[in-house]
Amino acid sequence: MAIVVKRPKLSILEKMYLPGIIKGLWITLSHAINRLRGKSKKVTMQYPEEKWDDQLPEYYRGAPALVTDEQGRERCVSCQLCEFICPPRAIKIIPGEIEKGDTWEKVEKQPATFDIDMIRCIYCGMCEEVCPEQAIYLRKDYVITGESREEMVHDKDKLYEIGGVRVGLVNKWNELK
Amino acid sequence: MTELLTILYSLIEPTIKIVVLVFMVILPMVAYSVYAERRFSALLQDRVGPNRVGIPFTKISLAGLGQPMADGLKFILKEDLTPGHVRKFYYWLAPALTMVPALLTCAVLPFGGHLKLPFFDEPFQMVIADLDVGILFVFAIASLGVYGIVLAGWASNSKYPFIGGVRSSSQMISYEISLGLSVIPILMIYGDLNLGSIVQQQHEKGWALLPVTLDGFMPVFSFRDIVLLVPLLISFVIFVTSLFAETNRLPFDLPECETELVAGYHTEYSSMKFALFFLGEYAAMIIGSGFAVTLFLGGWSLPFGWGGNGEESLFWGLVAIGTFFAKVIGFILFFIWVRWSIPRFRYDQLMRLGWVFFFEIALFNILLTAGILMFFG
Repeated sequence: MAIVVKRPKLSILEKMYLPGIIKGLWITLSHAINRLRGKSKKVTMQYPEEKWDDQLPEYYRGAPALVTDEQGRERCVSCQLCEFICPPRAIKIIPGEIEKGDTWEKVEKQPATFDIDMIRCIYCGMCEEVCPEQAIYLRKDYVITGESREEMVHDKDKLYEIGGVRVGLVNKWNELK
Repeated sequence: MTELLTILYSLIEPTIKIVVLVFMVILPMVAYSVYAERRFSALLQDRVGPNRVGIPFTKISLAGLGQPMADGLKFILKEDLTPGHVRKFYYWLAPALTMVPALLTCAVLPFGGHLKLPFFDEPFQMVIADLDVGILFVFAIASLGVYGIVLAGWASNSKYPFIGGVRSSSQMISYEISLGLSVIPILMIYGDLNLGSIVQQQHEKGWALLPVTLDGFMPVFSFRDIVLLVPLLISFVIFVTSLFAETNRLPFDLPECETELVAGYHTEYSSMKFALFFLGEYAAMIIGSGFAVTLFLGGWSLPFGWGGNGEESLFWGLVAIGTFFAKVIGFILFFIWVRWSIPRFRYDQLMRLGWVFFFEIALFNILLTAGILMFFG
Protein backbone atom coordinates (compact mmCIF):
# COMPACT_ATOMS: atom_id res chain seq x y z
CA MET A 1 0.00 0.00 0.00
CA ALA A 2 1.40 3.26 -0.99
CA ILE A 3 1.87 5.82 1.73
CA VAL A 4 0.79 9.28 0.71
CA VAL A 5 2.88 11.89 2.44
CA LYS A 6 0.99 15.09 2.83
CA ARG A 7 3.00 18.02 1.51
CA PRO A 8 3.08 20.97 3.88
CA LYS A 9 1.11 23.92 2.59
CA LEU A 10 3.54 26.79 2.07
CA SER A 11 2.54 30.40 2.36
CA ILE A 12 3.49 32.83 -0.38
CA LEU A 13 6.42 34.14 1.65
CA GLU A 14 7.76 30.62 2.09
CA LYS A 15 7.36 29.89 -1.61
CA MET A 16 9.41 32.96 -2.45
CA TYR A 17 12.46 31.50 -0.62
CA LEU A 18 13.64 35.03 0.21
CA PRO A 19 12.67 35.24 3.91
CA GLY A 20 14.17 31.81 4.48
CA ILE A 21 17.35 32.79 2.69
CA ILE A 22 17.66 35.99 4.73
CA LYS A 23 17.08 34.04 7.93
CA GLY A 24 19.80 31.57 7.00
CA LEU A 25 22.19 34.34 6.10
CA TRP A 26 21.54 36.02 9.42
CA ILE A 27 22.26 32.83 11.37
CA THR A 28 25.66 32.32 9.76
CA LEU A 29 26.53 36.00 10.04
CA SER A 30 25.62 36.09 13.72
CA HIS A 31 28.01 33.19 14.27
CA ALA A 32 30.77 35.11 12.51
CA ILE A 33 30.04 38.29 14.47
CA ASN A 34 30.02 36.41 17.77
CA ARG A 35 33.35 34.83 16.91
CA LEU A 36 34.85 38.20 16.05
CA ARG A 37 33.56 39.74 19.28
CA GLY A 38 34.93 36.81 21.23
CA LYS A 39 31.48 35.85 22.50
CA SER A 40 31.44 32.34 21.11
CA LYS A 41 34.31 29.92 20.91
CA LYS A 42 35.56 27.86 18.04
CA VAL A 43 34.39 24.26 18.07
CA THR A 44 37.46 22.75 16.44
CA MET A 45 40.81 22.13 18.08
CA GLN A 46 44.22 22.99 16.66
CA TYR A 47 45.50 19.50 16.92
CA PRO A 48 49.12 19.16 17.94
CA GLU A 49 48.89 22.07 20.39
CA GLU A 50 45.41 21.34 21.70
CA LYS A 51 44.40 17.81 22.50
CA TRP A 52 41.44 15.92 23.83
CA ASP A 53 43.59 13.90 26.23
CA ASP A 54 42.00 15.08 29.47
CA GLN A 55 38.51 14.53 28.07
CA LEU A 56 39.03 10.98 26.84
CA PRO A 57 36.43 8.67 28.37
CA GLU A 58 37.44 5.86 30.73
CA TYR A 59 36.54 3.24 28.19
CA TYR A 60 38.71 4.77 25.44
CA ARG A 61 40.51 2.10 23.44
CA GLY A 62 43.99 3.28 22.52
CA ALA A 63 47.20 1.37 22.08
CA PRO A 64 47.28 -2.09 23.71
CA ALA A 65 50.06 -2.45 26.28
CA LEU A 66 51.40 -4.87 28.86
CA VAL A 67 51.21 -3.96 32.53
CA THR A 68 53.23 -4.91 35.59
CA ASP A 69 51.89 -5.25 39.06
CA GLU A 70 52.78 -3.05 42.00
CA GLN A 71 55.98 -4.99 42.64
CA GLY A 72 57.20 -4.55 39.10
CA ARG A 73 56.61 -8.15 38.06
CA GLU A 74 55.31 -9.19 34.69
CA ARG A 75 51.71 -10.25 34.71
CA CYS A 76 51.82 -12.05 31.38
CA VAL A 77 52.18 -15.82 31.54
CA SER A 78 52.46 -16.07 27.74
CA CYS A 79 49.40 -18.26 27.39
CA GLN A 80 49.08 -16.82 23.86
CA LEU A 81 45.29 -16.46 24.11
CA CYS A 82 45.55 -12.87 22.88
CA GLU A 83 47.68 -14.01 19.97
CA PHE A 84 44.97 -16.48 18.96
CA ILE A 85 42.03 -14.15 19.45
CA CYS A 86 43.60 -11.14 17.73
CA PRO A 87 41.47 -10.59 14.58
CA PRO A 88 44.16 -8.90 12.47
CA ARG A 89 46.90 -11.11 13.94
CA ALA A 90 48.90 -8.20 15.19
CA ILE A 91 50.31 -9.96 18.26
CA LYS A 92 53.30 -12.28 18.15
CA ILE A 93 54.50 -13.98 21.33
CA ILE A 94 57.45 -16.28 21.85
CA PRO A 95 56.99 -17.89 25.25
CA GLY A 96 59.95 -18.24 27.54
CA GLU A 97 60.56 -20.06 30.79
CA ILE A 98 61.34 -18.64 34.17
CA GLU A 99 64.72 -20.01 35.14
CA LYS A 100 65.10 -22.66 37.78
CA GLY A 101 66.03 -21.26 41.13
CA ASP A 102 63.95 -18.15 40.68
CA THR A 103 61.61 -17.31 43.57
CA TRP A 104 58.74 -17.53 41.19
CA GLU A 105 59.88 -20.75 39.58
CA LYS A 106 56.47 -22.37 40.04
CA VAL A 107 54.88 -19.84 37.64
CA GLU A 108 56.96 -21.46 34.90
CA LYS A 109 56.32 -19.08 31.99
CA GLN A 110 56.83 -15.51 30.91
CA PRO A 111 57.03 -14.06 27.39
CA ALA A 112 60.50 -14.11 25.87
CA THR A 113 59.36 -11.65 23.25
CA PHE A 114 56.02 -9.94 22.89
CA ASP A 115 55.47 -7.90 19.71
CA ILE A 116 52.37 -5.97 18.68
CA ASP A 117 52.38 -4.68 15.12
CA MET A 118 50.65 -1.33 15.44
CA ILE A 119 50.11 -1.11 11.68
CA ARG A 120 47.88 -4.18 11.99
CA CYS A 121 46.22 -3.46 15.33
CA ILE A 122 42.57 -2.42 14.98
CA TYR A 123 42.11 -1.41 18.63
CA CYS A 124 39.23 -3.85 19.09
CA GLY A 125 40.16 -4.73 22.68
CA MET A 126 39.68 -8.46 22.33
CA CYS A 127 43.14 -9.14 23.77
CA GLU A 128 42.14 -7.25 26.88
CA GLU A 129 38.88 -9.18 27.15
CA VAL A 130 40.44 -12.58 26.67
CA CYS A 131 43.47 -12.18 28.96
CA PRO A 132 43.05 -14.42 32.04
CA GLU A 133 45.78 -12.58 33.92
CA GLN A 134 44.67 -8.98 33.26
CA ALA A 135 48.10 -8.46 31.77
CA ILE A 136 47.20 -6.58 28.58
CA TYR A 137 45.16 -3.41 28.55
CA LEU A 138 44.19 -0.83 25.99
CA ARG A 139 45.60 2.47 27.21
CA LYS A 140 44.73 5.96 26.08
CA ASP A 141 47.72 6.46 23.78
CA TYR A 142 46.61 7.17 20.24
CA VAL A 143 49.55 9.09 18.77
CA ILE A 144 51.43 6.10 17.40
CA THR A 145 53.81 7.18 14.71
CA GLY A 146 56.96 5.90 13.10
CA GLU A 147 59.03 6.36 10.00
CA SER A 148 59.40 2.68 9.15
CA ARG A 149 57.46 -0.55 9.55
CA GLU A 150 59.97 -1.79 12.09
CA GLU A 151 59.39 1.27 14.22
CA MET A 152 55.67 0.59 14.24
CA VAL A 153 56.14 -2.81 15.92
CA HIS A 154 55.98 -2.39 19.67
CA ASP A 155 58.30 -4.82 21.45
CA LYS A 156 58.12 -5.90 25.06
CA ASP A 157 60.07 -2.94 26.51
CA LYS A 158 57.92 -0.46 24.64
CA LEU A 159 54.72 -2.22 25.69
CA TYR A 160 55.70 -2.09 29.36
CA GLU A 161 56.70 1.53 28.94
CA ILE A 162 53.24 2.40 27.66
CA GLY A 163 51.45 0.08 30.03
CA GLY A 164 52.97 1.03 33.33
CA VAL A 165 51.72 -0.40 36.58
CA ARG A 166 48.27 -1.72 37.25
CA VAL A 167 47.25 -2.49 40.81
CA GLY A 168 44.94 -5.37 41.64
CA LEU A 169 44.63 -9.12 42.11
CA VAL A 170 46.93 -11.21 39.97
CA ASN A 171 46.39 -14.95 39.77
CA LYS A 172 49.88 -15.63 38.56
CA TRP A 173 51.66 -14.39 41.65
CA ASN A 174 49.15 -15.74 44.12
CA GLU A 175 51.11 -17.33 47.00
CA LEU A 176 48.37 -19.82 47.73
CA LYS A 177 48.19 -21.24 44.27
CA MET B 1 57.55 54.14 -40.23
CA THR B 2 56.22 56.92 -38.06
CA GLU B 3 52.77 55.37 -38.25
CA LEU B 4 54.11 52.11 -36.93
CA LEU B 5 55.83 53.96 -34.12
CA THR B 6 52.64 55.77 -33.14
CA ILE B 7 50.76 52.47 -33.14
CA LEU B 8 53.44 50.86 -30.99
CA TYR B 9 53.46 53.91 -28.75
CA SER B 10 49.69 53.74 -28.31
CA LEU B 11 50.03 50.08 -27.28
CA ILE B 12 52.24 50.90 -24.31
CA GLU B 13 49.47 52.28 -22.12
CA PRO B 14 47.01 49.34 -22.50
CA THR B 15 49.84 46.86 -22.04
CA ILE B 16 50.90 48.42 -18.76
CA LYS B 17 47.26 48.47 -17.63
CA ILE B 18 46.79 44.80 -18.57
CA VAL B 19 49.94 43.71 -16.79
CA VAL B 20 49.14 45.71 -13.67
CA LEU B 21 45.43 44.90 -13.48
CA VAL B 22 45.41 41.26 -14.57
CA PHE B 23 48.73 39.93 -13.35
CA MET B 24 49.31 42.11 -10.32
CA VAL B 25 45.77 42.63 -9.05
CA ILE B 26 43.23 40.13 -10.40
CA LEU B 27 45.34 36.95 -10.29
CA PRO B 28 46.63 37.56 -6.72
CA MET B 29 43.04 38.41 -5.81
CA VAL B 30 41.95 35.06 -7.27
CA ALA B 31 44.52 33.24 -5.16
CA TYR B 32 43.63 35.16 -2.05
CA SER B 33 39.88 34.85 -2.55
CA VAL B 34 40.38 31.11 -2.13
CA TYR B 35 42.11 31.88 1.15
CA ALA B 36 39.35 34.36 2.06
CA GLU B 37 36.74 31.74 1.27
CA ARG B 38 38.36 29.25 3.61
CA ARG B 39 38.93 31.71 6.44
CA PHE B 40 35.53 33.40 6.20
CA SER B 41 33.64 30.12 5.91
CA ALA B 42 35.53 28.92 8.99
CA LEU B 43 34.38 32.04 10.81
CA LEU B 44 30.78 31.42 9.76
CA GLN B 45 30.89 27.84 10.98
CA ASP B 46 32.79 28.41 14.26
CA ARG B 47 35.92 26.79 12.89
CA VAL B 48 39.50 28.05 12.58
CA GLY B 49 40.48 27.70 8.93
CA PRO B 50 43.98 27.67 7.46
CA ASN B 51 46.16 29.65 9.86
CA ARG B 52 49.51 27.86 9.77
CA VAL B 53 51.34 28.61 6.53
CA GLY B 54 53.45 31.73 6.73
CA ILE B 55 57.07 32.38 5.92
CA PRO B 56 58.74 29.07 5.03
CA PHE B 57 61.25 27.52 7.44
CA THR B 58 60.21 29.83 10.27
CA LYS B 59 57.53 29.65 12.90
CA ILE B 60 55.97 32.92 11.68
CA SER B 61 52.49 32.01 10.47
CA LEU B 62 51.01 35.43 9.53
CA ALA B 63 47.50 34.03 10.10
CA GLY B 64 47.96 31.62 7.20
CA LEU B 65 48.62 34.23 4.53
CA GLY B 66 51.18 31.97 2.89
CA GLN B 67 48.54 29.37 2.11
CA PRO B 68 47.71 30.51 -1.46
CA MET B 69 51.41 30.41 -2.39
CA ALA B 70 51.76 26.91 -0.97
CA ASP B 71 48.61 25.79 -2.77
CA GLY B 72 49.84 27.23 -6.07
CA LEU B 73 53.19 25.50 -5.67
CA LYS B 74 51.42 22.27 -4.88
CA PHE B 75 49.29 22.52 -8.03
CA ILE B 76 52.38 23.13 -10.20
CA LEU B 77 54.36 20.28 -8.69
CA LYS B 78 51.56 17.71 -8.81
CA GLU B 79 51.58 15.01 -11.44
CA ASP B 80 49.74 16.19 -14.53
CA LEU B 81 47.82 13.09 -15.50
CA THR B 82 46.07 12.79 -18.85
CA PRO B 83 43.84 9.72 -18.77
CA GLY B 84 44.09 7.43 -21.79
CA HIS B 85 40.42 7.58 -22.69
CA VAL B 86 40.09 11.33 -23.21
CA ARG B 87 40.01 13.34 -26.44
CA LYS B 88 43.36 15.00 -25.93
CA PHE B 89 43.03 18.17 -27.99
CA TYR B 90 39.78 19.30 -26.42
CA TYR B 91 40.86 17.99 -23.04
CA TRP B 92 43.83 20.35 -23.12
CA LEU B 93 41.83 23.21 -24.60
CA ALA B 94 39.02 23.20 -22.04
CA PRO B 95 40.84 24.60 -18.95
CA ALA B 96 42.21 27.51 -20.96
CA LEU B 97 38.74 28.19 -22.35
CA THR B 98 37.31 28.63 -18.87
CA MET B 99 40.09 30.88 -17.57
CA VAL B 100 40.51 33.14 -20.61
CA PRO B 101 36.92 34.50 -20.98
CA ALA B 102 36.81 35.15 -17.26
CA LEU B 103 39.91 37.30 -17.51
CA LEU B 104 39.01 38.87 -20.88
CA THR B 105 35.89 40.55 -19.56
CA CYS B 106 37.90 42.70 -17.17
CA ALA B 107 39.08 44.67 -20.23
CA VAL B 108 36.02 46.91 -20.07
CA LEU B 109 35.79 47.08 -16.30
CA PRO B 110 36.37 50.65 -15.09
CA PHE B 111 38.43 50.04 -11.98
CA GLY B 112 38.96 53.72 -11.28
CA GLY B 113 38.05 57.11 -12.67
CA HIS B 114 41.15 58.83 -13.95
CA LEU B 115 44.70 58.87 -12.72
CA LYS B 116 46.65 62.10 -13.09
CA LEU B 117 50.25 61.04 -12.89
CA PRO B 118 53.06 63.57 -12.50
CA PHE B 119 55.01 64.38 -15.72
CA PHE B 120 51.94 63.60 -17.85
CA ASP B 121 49.58 66.28 -19.16
CA GLU B 122 46.58 64.06 -19.79
CA PRO B 123 45.06 62.03 -16.95
CA PHE B 124 44.91 58.30 -17.72
CA GLN B 125 41.57 56.58 -17.85
CA MET B 126 41.45 53.64 -15.48
CA VAL B 127 40.00 51.09 -17.86
CA ILE B 128 41.90 48.83 -20.26
CA ALA B 129 39.54 49.30 -23.20
CA ASP B 130 37.05 52.16 -23.11
CA LEU B 131 34.53 50.45 -25.39
CA ASP B 132 31.22 52.03 -26.22
CA VAL B 133 29.62 48.57 -26.36
CA GLY B 134 30.95 47.82 -22.86
CA ILE B 135 28.24 45.68 -21.36
CA LEU B 136 27.46 43.89 -24.64
CA PHE B 137 31.11 42.91 -24.90
CA VAL B 138 30.90 41.48 -21.40
CA PHE B 139 27.90 39.30 -22.25
CA ALA B 140 29.45 38.21 -25.53
CA ILE B 141 32.67 37.09 -23.87
CA ALA B 142 31.23 35.79 -20.60
CA SER B 143 28.94 33.38 -22.43
CA LEU B 144 32.03 31.80 -24.02
CA GLY B 145 32.92 30.51 -20.57
CA VAL B 146 30.39 27.74 -21.00
CA TYR B 147 32.44 26.26 -23.85
CA GLY B 148 35.27 25.42 -21.52
CA ILE B 149 32.97 23.52 -19.22
CA VAL B 150 31.09 21.75 -22.00
CA LEU B 151 34.33 20.79 -23.72
CA ALA B 152 35.76 19.51 -20.45
CA GLY B 153 32.67 17.40 -19.90
CA TRP B 154 32.68 16.10 -23.44
CA ALA B 155 36.42 15.53 -23.85
CA SER B 156 36.74 13.68 -20.57
CA ASN B 157 34.80 10.84 -22.19
CA SER B 158 33.25 9.58 -18.98
CA LYS B 159 29.81 9.75 -17.42
CA TYR B 160 30.05 12.18 -14.52
CA PRO B 161 31.92 14.94 -16.34
CA PHE B 162 29.50 14.57 -19.22
CA ILE B 163 26.46 15.06 -17.00
CA GLY B 164 28.21 17.97 -15.30
CA GLY B 165 28.95 19.59 -18.65
CA VAL B 166 25.41 19.18 -19.90
CA ARG B 167 23.97 20.55 -16.69
CA SER B 168 26.25 23.52 -16.74
CA SER B 169 25.45 24.43 -20.33
CA SER B 170 21.71 24.33 -19.74
CA GLN B 171 22.11 26.28 -16.51
CA MET B 172 24.31 28.97 -18.02
CA ILE B 173 22.10 29.41 -21.05
CA SER B 174 19.00 29.72 -18.85
CA TYR B 175 20.49 32.30 -16.55
CA GLU B 176 22.24 34.30 -19.26
CA ILE B 177 18.81 35.45 -20.40
CA SER B 178 17.68 36.80 -17.06
CA LEU B 179 21.15 38.22 -16.49
CA GLY B 180 20.94 40.16 -19.72
CA LEU B 181 17.36 41.27 -19.20
CA SER B 182 18.03 42.46 -15.66
CA VAL B 183 20.68 44.88 -16.89
CA ILE B 184 18.40 46.53 -19.45
CA PRO B 185 16.66 48.85 -16.88
CA ILE B 186 20.10 50.24 -15.99
CA LEU B 187 20.86 50.86 -19.65
CA MET B 188 17.47 52.53 -20.12
CA ILE B 189 17.98 54.82 -17.16
CA TYR B 190 21.53 55.89 -18.03
CA GLY B 191 21.04 55.71 -21.79
CA ASP B 192 24.56 54.41 -22.35
CA LEU B 193 26.34 51.10 -22.85
CA ASN B 194 29.75 52.45 -21.94
CA LEU B 195 30.50 51.28 -18.42
CA GLY B 196 32.80 54.25 -17.77
CA SER B 197 30.09 56.79 -18.44
CA ILE B 198 27.52 54.74 -16.48
CA VAL B 199 29.78 55.05 -13.45
CA GLN B 200 30.47 58.70 -14.16
CA GLN B 201 26.71 59.38 -14.12
CA GLN B 202 26.36 57.43 -10.89
CA HIS B 203 29.21 59.47 -9.47
CA GLU B 204 27.40 62.70 -10.25
CA LYS B 205 23.83 61.71 -9.30
CA GLY B 206 24.38 59.05 -6.65
CA TRP B 207 24.58 55.29 -7.06
CA ALA B 208 21.87 53.38 -8.86
CA LEU B 209 20.77 51.85 -5.57
CA LEU B 210 21.53 54.98 -3.51
CA PRO B 211 20.40 57.90 -5.64
CA VAL B 212 21.15 60.58 -3.08
CA THR B 213 23.77 63.29 -3.13
CA LEU B 214 24.61 65.56 -0.24
CA ASP B 215 24.57 69.32 -0.51
CA GLY B 216 26.38 70.21 2.66
CA PHE B 217 24.37 68.04 5.02
CA MET B 218 21.11 68.30 3.09
CA PRO B 219 20.25 65.20 1.08
CA VAL B 220 19.37 65.99 -2.52
CA PHE B 221 17.31 63.54 -4.52
CA SER B 222 14.68 63.57 -7.19
CA PHE B 223 11.33 61.83 -6.83
CA ARG B 224 11.96 60.02 -10.14
CA ASP B 225 15.09 58.34 -8.82
CA ILE B 226 13.30 57.17 -5.69
CA VAL B 227 10.51 55.57 -7.74
CA LEU B 228 13.12 54.02 -10.03
CA LEU B 229 14.58 52.25 -6.98
CA VAL B 230 11.76 49.68 -7.22
CA PRO B 231 12.70 48.25 -10.64
CA LEU B 232 16.40 48.68 -9.85
CA LEU B 233 16.12 46.62 -6.66
CA ILE B 234 14.30 43.87 -8.57
CA SER B 235 17.00 44.06 -11.24
CA PHE B 236 19.70 43.84 -8.60
CA VAL B 237 18.24 40.72 -6.98
CA ILE B 238 17.84 39.02 -10.36
CA PHE B 239 21.29 40.10 -11.51
CA VAL B 240 23.04 38.85 -8.38
CA THR B 241 21.15 35.55 -8.33
CA SER B 242 21.86 34.97 -12.01
CA LEU B 243 25.49 35.83 -11.34
CA PHE B 244 25.61 33.02 -8.78
CA ALA B 245 24.23 30.67 -11.40
CA GLU B 246 26.60 31.94 -14.09
CA THR B 247 29.67 31.48 -11.94
CA ASN B 248 28.48 28.03 -10.74
CA ARG B 249 28.66 29.12 -7.12
CA LEU B 250 27.05 27.12 -4.44
CA PRO B 251 23.31 27.63 -4.32
CA PHE B 252 23.53 26.71 -8.02
CA ASP B 253 26.64 24.55 -8.22
CA LEU B 254 24.92 21.71 -10.05
CA PRO B 255 27.64 21.33 -12.72
CA GLU B 256 30.11 20.36 -10.00
CA CYS B 257 27.84 18.95 -7.42
CA GLU B 258 30.20 16.88 -5.31
CA THR B 259 27.50 14.72 -3.79
CA GLU B 260 26.14 13.43 -7.08
CA LEU B 261 28.73 13.87 -9.80
CA VAL B 262 32.04 13.29 -7.97
CA ALA B 263 33.42 16.62 -9.15
CA GLY B 264 31.32 17.30 -12.24
CA TYR B 265 33.05 18.45 -15.37
CA HIS B 266 36.57 18.47 -13.90
CA THR B 267 36.49 14.94 -12.48
CA GLU B 268 39.19 13.74 -14.89
CA TYR B 269 41.46 16.72 -14.44
CA SER B 270 44.44 16.99 -12.14
CA SER B 271 47.28 19.33 -11.28
CA MET B 272 47.41 22.74 -12.95
CA LYS B 273 44.61 21.93 -15.38
CA PHE B 274 42.28 21.40 -12.46
CA ALA B 275 43.64 24.56 -10.88
CA LEU B 276 42.72 26.52 -14.00
CA PHE B 277 39.08 25.42 -13.65
CA PHE B 278 39.15 26.13 -9.97
CA LEU B 279 40.74 29.55 -10.35
CA GLY B 280 38.68 30.36 -13.44
CA GLU B 281 35.61 30.03 -11.27
CA TYR B 282 37.04 32.46 -8.75
CA ALA B 283 38.19 34.83 -11.50
CA ALA B 284 34.65 34.81 -12.92
CA MET B 285 33.36 35.51 -9.43
CA ILE B 286 35.69 38.49 -8.95
CA ILE B 287 34.93 39.99 -12.36
CA GLY B 288 31.22 39.32 -11.85
CA SER B 289 31.37 41.17 -8.54
CA GLY B 290 33.17 43.94 -10.39
CA PHE B 291 30.27 44.26 -12.82
CA ALA B 292 27.61 44.13 -10.12
CA VAL B 293 29.47 46.90 -8.31
CA THR B 294 29.91 48.90 -11.50
CA LEU B 295 26.29 48.67 -12.58
CA PHE B 296 24.40 48.96 -9.32
CA LEU B 297 26.71 50.22 -6.59
CA GLY B 298 28.43 53.12 -8.25
CA GLY B 299 31.67 51.49 -9.37
CA TRP B 300 34.64 53.53 -8.21
CA SER B 301 32.58 56.44 -6.86
CA LEU B 302 32.14 57.28 -3.23
CA PRO B 303 28.55 57.53 -1.96
CA PHE B 304 26.60 60.82 -2.01
CA GLY B 305 28.73 62.21 -4.80
CA TRP B 306 31.72 62.77 -2.54
CA GLY B 307 35.21 63.07 -3.91
CA GLY B 308 36.23 63.49 -7.52
CA ASN B 309 36.85 61.27 -10.49
CA GLY B 310 40.60 61.86 -10.42
CA GLU B 311 40.82 64.26 -13.35
CA GLU B 312 41.81 67.07 -10.98
CA SER B 313 44.23 65.41 -8.60
CA LEU B 314 46.16 62.19 -8.10
CA PHE B 315 44.69 61.76 -4.61
CA TRP B 316 41.07 61.36 -5.74
CA GLY B 317 42.20 59.07 -8.53
CA LEU B 318 43.82 56.74 -6.02
CA VAL B 319 40.79 56.98 -3.71
CA ALA B 320 38.55 55.95 -6.63
CA ILE B 321 40.68 52.86 -7.33
CA GLY B 322 40.71 51.99 -3.63
CA THR B 323 36.93 52.43 -3.41
CA PHE B 324 36.34 50.15 -6.36
CA PHE B 325 38.46 47.32 -4.96
CA ALA B 326 36.99 47.77 -1.47
CA LYS B 327 33.52 47.33 -2.95
CA VAL B 328 34.60 44.31 -4.99
CA ILE B 329 36.13 42.67 -1.92
CA GLY B 330 32.94 43.36 0.00
CA PHE B 331 30.94 41.74 -2.77
CA ILE B 332 33.23 38.70 -2.85
CA LEU B 333 32.70 38.28 0.88
CA PHE B 334 28.97 38.41 0.19
CA PHE B 335 29.41 35.65 -2.40
CA ILE B 336 31.26 33.53 0.15
CA TRP B 337 28.72 34.30 2.86
CA VAL B 338 25.85 33.14 0.63
CA ARG B 339 27.72 30.00 -0.41
CA TRP B 340 28.16 28.85 3.17
CA SER B 341 24.62 29.69 4.27
CA ILE B 342 22.20 28.45 1.64
CA PRO B 343 21.59 24.82 0.69
CA ARG B 344 21.71 23.79 -2.93
CA PHE B 345 18.70 24.01 -5.23
CA ARG B 346 17.30 20.92 -6.84
CA TYR B 347 17.79 20.87 -10.59
CA ASP B 348 14.13 21.34 -11.48
CA GLN B 349 13.88 24.17 -8.95
CA LEU B 350 16.85 25.81 -10.60
CA MET B 351 15.31 25.61 -14.05
CA ARG B 352 11.93 26.74 -12.74
CA LEU B 353 13.48 29.71 -11.00
CA GLY B 354 15.34 30.72 -14.14
CA TRP B 355 12.67 30.23 -16.78
CA VAL B 356 9.38 30.67 -14.93
CA PHE B 357 10.21 33.40 -12.45
CA PHE B 358 13.31 35.41 -13.28
CA PHE B 359 12.70 35.55 -17.02
CA GLU B 360 9.15 36.86 -16.58
CA ILE B 361 9.98 39.18 -13.71
CA ALA B 362 12.89 40.65 -15.65
CA LEU B 363 10.68 41.24 -18.68
CA PHE B 364 8.00 42.86 -16.53
CA ASN B 365 10.69 44.90 -14.85
CA ILE B 366 11.76 46.37 -18.18
CA LEU B 367 8.15 47.39 -18.84
CA LEU B 368 7.90 48.91 -15.39
CA THR B 369 11.09 50.92 -15.89
CA ALA B 370 9.89 52.09 -19.29
CA GLY B 371 6.58 53.15 -17.74
CA ILE B 372 8.26 55.09 -14.96
CA LEU B 373 10.68 56.76 -17.38
CA MET B 374 7.78 57.68 -19.66
CA PHE B 375 5.72 59.06 -16.80
CA PHE B 376 8.51 61.25 -15.44
CA GLY B 377 9.80 62.15 -18.87
